[in-house]
Amino acid sequence: MLNRTADSVARATPEPLARKVRGISDKGLAWLFISPTILLLLAINIFPLFWAIYLSFTNYRANRPNEMVKNVGLANYKRILGDQDIWIAMQTTAHFVFWTILLQTLIGFTLAWLIDRKFRGHAFWTTIILVPMMLSPAVVGNFWRFLYEPQIGLFAYAVSFVTGIPATQIGMLSNVSLAPWSIVIVDTWMWTPYVMLICLAGLRSIPEYIYEAAEVDRASNWRQFWSITLPMALPFIMLAVLFRGIENFKMFDMVNLLTGGGPGSTTEVASITLKRQAFESWRTGYSSAFAIILFVAVFGLANIYVKALNKVKQR
Amino acid sequence: MSLTSAHSVVAPSAVSKRVAGTIIVLYALISIVPLLWIFATSFKTPPDSIAYPPKILFQPSLEGYCNLFSTRTRQTPEYINALGPATGVCDETVRKRNMVIAGPSNFMPRFVNSLIIAFGSTFCAVFLGTLSAYGFSRFKVPLADDLLFFILSTRMMPPIAVAIPIYLMYRELGLSDTALGMILLYTAVNVSLAVWLLKGFIDEIPREYEEAAMIDGYTRLQAFWRTVLPQATTGIAATAIFCLIFAWNEYAFAALLTSGTAQTAPPFIPTIIGEGGQDWPAVAAGTTIFLVPILVFTILLRKQLLRGITFGAVRK
Repeated sequence: MLNRTADSVARATPEPLARKVRGISDKGLAWLFISPTILLLLAINIFPLFWAIYLSFTNYRANRPNEMVKNVGLANYKRILGDQDIWIAMQTTAHFVFWTILLQTLIGFTLAWLIDRKFRGHAFWTTIILVPMMLSPAVVGNFWRFLYEPQIGLFAYAVSFVTGIPATQIGMLSNVSLAPWSIVIVDTWMWTPYVMLICLAGLRSIPEYIYEAAEVDRASNWRQFWSITLPMALPFIMLAVLFRGIENFKMFDMVNLLTGGGPGSTTEVASITLKRQAFESWRTGYSSAFAIILFVAVFGLANIYVKALNKVKQR
Repeated sequence: MSLTSAHSVVAPSAVSKRVAGTIIVLYALISIVPLLWIFATSFKTPPDSIAYPPKILFQPSLEGYCNLFSTRTRQTPEYINALGPATGVCDETVRKRNMVIAGPSNFMPRFVNSLIIAFGSTFCAVFLGTLSAYGFSRFKVPLADDLLFFILSTRMMPPIAVAIPIYLMYRELGLSDTALGMILLYTAVNVSLAVWLLKGFIDEIPREYEEAAMIDGYTRLQAFWRTVLPQATTGIAATAIFCLIFAWNEYAFAALLTSGTAQTAPPFIPTIIGEGGQDWPAVAAGTTIFLVPILVFTILLRKQLLRGITFGAVRK
């Protein structure tokens, strides 16, 4: 009915105006454009999420699809919170996240601060530094296994060359106390450029007139660094830290190929535990509950992240 | 205050520039060593690759690449002598080790899978992302901020947590180990990046262009097609490359949800083994071939890199 009225109006109006009327309304177009994305995300992300929530209250095992599924209430969650292995995995994750972020922030910021000096050829060398972060963590992590080999690996050889310790004794992946550091080193190597790039943007966003004013006020270089450079770059550093924090909290690929969680479970970060529970022990209900707990944790981080991001944007 | 102590950022002194330059060059050289080592190892023979001390100078060989692309069987020297002359470089190399080529390896099919899945999902993600980004950029969408946060938050989920229900869902739908399943999944992961990045790019295109086009008699859709899209090509290209890199590099979903016909290169490369352990030259050869496209893209993208890795939050 309404359409027919619109059509008759359209026919009576001059050509340019008529085309506008016949076209889809802005509101309709907006939904036409946005809904496919939302539908896809509902199907591939949200529906499975709800399924996982349902499974987390059951004793379902994916390798026995025909068995009766029993509702176990909150039992899975209770068991996770009381499970020693889960807490050890969370500690391993915390160690990994803390050290990677600390090292990446310190090295990344220093590199950015040096690159900001704009020496000759800085653009070229910056691009070289950026390369590791673009590569596949899995494929590169796999190759680091070779570099870490105690006898034949380049890393062990270089370390023994510098320190004098026999290369055969540098078993980065087999030594229980070194293995947690082996993943920290590879992650730092890969992702320091990431922090560096964001810090560099932060440093470049500081207007020069502030430094000029400080110069007029005879502020020392040291003073300028602490009261201008660092505070003004801080939102960018925070952004990088949050991004790396979220990414490393859910770290899986590099660690899975480099150490597989071993030796024993010394490098078993949360995602590796989750994989072992879900796809090796096939405790689907139990691992779903753990997945939900991890997801809630990441979601909390993401919330903080978006707020920080908006703050940076407003500057 | 003398001239030489002028502020370092306002005018960095020659000395500080030289020191900074030296440190950066040193860091860059050290950080690139593992990659050069991968490249070098791919041209070593297996004995050279596991020599101690590690060999920096060596006789280059194509054995790694030959082993990567072929499967081989061990034969007696009599059998090999009875064969005709070697038909190619690989045939010759392999025979020196008392082996004959039995057939092609799985590397090519896995590499092709990677190409199909990466390009397929990139196309879908950029297509959906462009439409949504335009919608969010130009129209008053109710709850726009919440929807945008929802879109971003899907990217924050730990992949293994998503993989558990997806694994069950794909098993029910018959999508396990299919390229279509992987394309759908990667599209869903990448579309969040595409929406956020493209919204930033489209926000930067002045609305006046479309308004002028609409006054000239174009509908909104035509204005979008003829004025906005051509202006956004750089942004769309950059976004596409970011999606491509993600899908190309992705490992967790691929390792858990594919095992055979739809397996991509990242879960396949670590499984390349020779006699008595990992065949490192072949692994290095596979890694080299796999990394080269990414190196090219990184150089092409360097101006947009910052934007891409921060979801458009930092634009320089």
